[in-house]
Amino acid sequence: MNQIKNILGHFGGTILLLFRSLKYAPTLPRQFPRFIEQCYLIGYTTLPIVTILSFFIGSVLALQSGYSMDNFGAKQFIGTLVGLSMARELGPMMVSILLAGRVGSAITAELASMKVYQEIDALETMNIPPERMLVLPRLAAVLVMMPVLAIIANLCGWYGGALVCQYTHFISVDSEAYFAALKRFMKPQDIVDGLLKAEIFGFAIVLVCCYTGLSTRGGPREIGASVTKAVVTSLILILVLDYFVTKVLL
Amino acid sequence: MSSSPFCPAPTKPLPAEKTFGVTITNLTKKFGRTTVLRDINLDIKSGEIFCIMGPSGSGKSVLLKCIAGLERASTGEVKIGEFDAGDPATRNQVHLALVFQAGALFNSLSVYDNLALYPREQRLCDEAGIRDRVMNALTILSLEKAVKKFPSELSGGMKKRVAIARALVMEPQLMLYDEPTSELDPVMSATITEIIASLREQTAVTTIVVTHDRALAFAIADRIAIIMDGRICAIGNPSEVQGSKDPAIANFLNPVVDLKNPRFKQLENNHE
Repeated sequence: MNQIKNILGHFGGTILLLFRSLKYAPTLPRQFPRFIEQCYLIGYTTLPIVTILSFFIGSVLALQSGYSMDNFGAKQFIGTLVGLSMARELGPMMVSILLAGRVGSAITAELASMKVYQEIDALETMNIPPERMLVLPRLAAVLVMMPVLAIIANLCGWYGGALVCQYTHFISVDSEAYFAALKRFMKPQDIVDGLLKAEIFGFAIVLVCCYTGLSTRGGPREIGASVTKAVVTSLILILVLDYFVTKVLL
Repeated sequence: MSSSPFCPAPTKPLPAEKTFGVTITNLTKKFGRTTVLRDINLDIKSGEIFCIMGPSGSGKSVLLKCIAGLERASTGEVKIGEFDAGDPATRNQVHLALVFQAGALFNSLSVYDNLALYPREQRLCDEAGIRDRVMNALTILSLEKAVKKFPSELSGGMKKRVAIARALVMEPQLMLYDEPTSELDPVMSATITEIIASLREQTAVTTIVVTHDRALAFAIADRIAIIMDGRICAIGNPSEVQGSKDPAIANFLNPVVDLKNPRFKQLENNHE
């Protein structure tokens, strides 16, 4: 019973944090340097790992599907399969998981340590709302950077698949045929749906991580506990949201 | 608004310059089932230096947080002037500065940016005005050379002085100090004590100091309250408090080191 109460309490707290942050949306132009800094942290520093991971996800997907589809004589559709899987599901999902692990944990650790070492209290006594200075720029930055990361993840995944198809002896589908298949069945709406998913996941992750960081109580030990809690909650949230968003978009 | 002794007049006027008294009525603060403060009543006058003393864990810092609006009273009320301390809107009316025990400096910002944060965020003046404010506060506390340093590069005493300088930049109407001399050597403690007294002298700001430091409290306080187990046990000017007949207060203010019959042994015997 207490656990349900806690979950509902956290849910309510997160929603309140969202509204309190959105209240300061008109002040966003004043937070421009912080917004740029967060864009750099969320986008640029996550880019290398997103690139590498999506490339190999696309490659593995092509390899596995090439191996299976060879039996049905459907190798010419590998491009379609990789393209749609990356755009609609794997691209946004992998970027979100990376965001939770890399950026979400950093956000929670930073805000939790600010809370534990009374920097948040200092902001409050200075009449500087933490939501305005710490949460809003991060939310804005993730909204801008997630589609960019998802598009890059899609491209890397597609090219990873194309390379595998061309140079793996039992697949041997050249890039031209691969991309022709990819284009033939993919609609712009598929890419838009994927980007929308990435936006929703990214926004939810940053919000949850900010809330978990800001609600940390106790000493340094709780900083680690908060980071773990934020990452686990984010991962669960990604999967749960994925189901519902997919259901709505299909 | 006229310029204060340590800060030039900002380009955007601040609210009318005045200091505020603090009235605490029947304040009780509970955390879960633990009662930390019990039925506290205090009337701190505008412009006075009021010290709150008491043993560790007696609830001094929680009381200070209630005054600063960082903790809400479970029952009772805390008023700064006519404003409710627990209402976030009060911070728009009262310039309240709290010097935290550990400084609570922003570790990711340089000393300069720590001090400039408040005027920048509140858009009090242009960048040149902010620079004047910050440099004035740093000069008062002899911190000019630390301007580009980060908090991690500062000693404990310097961190405390930077925290006080950051409070000065706010041109506070109510100044709160949480253990300002803890973890400092005697000379630095005396320096901080002098700074607190001199700031009140120059600005007539109401000053509330939570401390264990007898020397600080008896040197600068207009009045002292002793808090034990969440209750106010004594209140008065330093000589009245010093002359208290209450054995617990006398023992707290003048502890005797008895190596033949140490206190921790007495505690062990009591537990047995």
